[in-house]
Amino acid sequence: MGNTSSMLTQYDIEEVQSHCQDLFEQQEILLSLYQRFCQLDRNFAMNPLSLRLLKMVDGLNFKDFVAFLSAFSAKASLKQKVKLIFQVYDSDCNGKVSFKDIIEVLRDLSGSFMSDEQREQVLSQVLNEAGYTNDSFLTLEDFIKVFGSCKPEMDVEIPVD
Amino acid sequence: MSSTAGKLVTSRSELNIEDYLPSGSSIQEPRGKLRLLDLIDISPTLTEAAGAIIDDSFTRCFKSNPPEPWNWNIYLFPLWCFGVVVRYCILFPLRCLTLAFGWFIFLSTFIPVHSLLKGQDKLRKNIERVLVEMICSFFVGSWTGVVKYHGPRPSIRPKQVYVANHTSMIDFIVLEQMTAFAVIMQKHPGWVGLLQSTILESVGCIWFNRSEAKDREIVARKLRDHVQGADNNPLLIFPEGTCVNNNYTVMFKKGAFELGCTVCPIAIKYNKIFVDAFWNSRKQSFTMHLLQLMTSWAVVCEVWYLEPQTIRPGETAIEFAERVRDMISLRAGLKKVPWDGYLKYSRPSSKHSERKQESFAESLLARLEEK
Repeated sequence: MGNTSSMLTQYDIEEVQSHCQDLFEQQEILLSLYQRFCQLDRNFAMNPLSLRLLKMVDGLNFKDFVAFLSAFSAKASLKQKVKLIFQVYDSDCNGKVSFKDIIEVLRDLSGSFMSDEQREQVLSQVLNEAGYTNDSFLTLEDFIKVFGSCKPEMDVEIPVD
Repeated sequence: MSSTAGKLVTSRSELNIEDYLPSGSSIQEPRGKLRLLDLIDISPTLTEAAGAIIDDSFTRCFKSNPPEPWNWNIYLFPLWCFGVVVRYCILFPLRCLTLAFGWFIFLSTFIPVHSLLKGQDKLRKNIERVLVEMICSFFVGSWTGVVKYHGPRPSIRPKQVYVANHTSMIDFIVLEQMTAFAVIMQKHPGWVGLLQSTILESVGCIWFNRSEAKDREIVARKLRDHVQGADNNPLLIFPEGTCVNNNYTVMFKKGAFELGCTVCPIAIKYNKIFVDAFWNSRKQSFTMHLLQLMTSWAVVCEVWYLEPQTIRPGETAIEFAERVRDMISLRAGLKKVPWDGYLKYSRPSSKHSERKQESFAESLLARLEEK
């Protein structure tokens, strides 16, 4: 750890901790994340959503990077986790998720194994059953309502070298 | 892990990365009618993607830590300068001389023996074996190598293969000075390649070309033929397939573990205080690496010959490889990471991502049918 901690001061660490609402408390975790932040390989995509996620953290400074990832802390609340999922869908950041937005994420998830018609059919069906229409715009509150009390399992453990 | 073993594509010796990813990352099999929640809840895939962003244990294996400066003050600096002078102006020339001397003896005995004793194969092989061991000792001496060997020395027997963790090409030299192994290696260009085709040929080495896919079957056959022969030198394989920085071990390739013979693990650990023996082949040529070693104080390492293992009934080749990797990592104090060393050379194929997409699409369509 000797060669990277010299780039982060104690003040920096405390600032980052408060910015992510102390969801990542341990100093070692932040140092580990900082190393990763400096070396992020932007083309390493082994997962259908990797590129989408990488695009979301691209251009963020370290403070915002940690705040973004804090939703994956075990201590994060249901609202914080659902908010992150909402942000993944809301790619144009206008606070509303449309039918098209959901279709795009579905396309990432299913790739060439489903046709566009099938995706639209599935989405229409479940939307209608949940009381929405194809033209509805879902807000964060709608997302929270859909999740109900079912907290998504979204915990990541950060390895400390 | 054994439940996913059925997914292995066995017709090609390709490793299934999914077996090595942390568990709990697979999308859960949902039940019942499809709801909006099921469609929107991308948390498993998202978590796996975030995990990959946060923990890239792969690049850590190939990072060599830059030497920490310890000498930047008024009285350590002159000491260090003195050390540099000793290393470059006294030790280095002495070492070059020793090495040249060793080569002289070697070539003046090897060449006649190789050409004159063509008829008497057994005698010629024995002498060549001893000579190769000798030149390797000279090499080790040229870096002031201090090697401590633990465990029973290898013996020449059929149906056995030796595996070791890999840090640099000098692993081979360090091991070879004790026993003349036949090794399977990547064919290199330049003077190393010349050595490979002349001298190492005599101890029975096998060559492969990493970039050739069909090469694998040819090599697998050569390996099998070699271990059957009673007279052949014991075969040494580095199952990681690439040089790793001696803090971690990457996934072992299963080729060495499917030959149907006993596997004798060897663990090698270098002491970093004296020199970092990791050869980062993308950053340095082998000549530069050797020169760096020859201008350091010493190469200190420990070699452990571990207990021979055989495949257990019901165990797959991959499980066997992992078991041996556990032994070696434990003995040498290395951390295990679940990555394929060849990712150093090529991007991971999109197959992993596609497989995830396929299973998601299938489960979605299946649940759509359930009314």
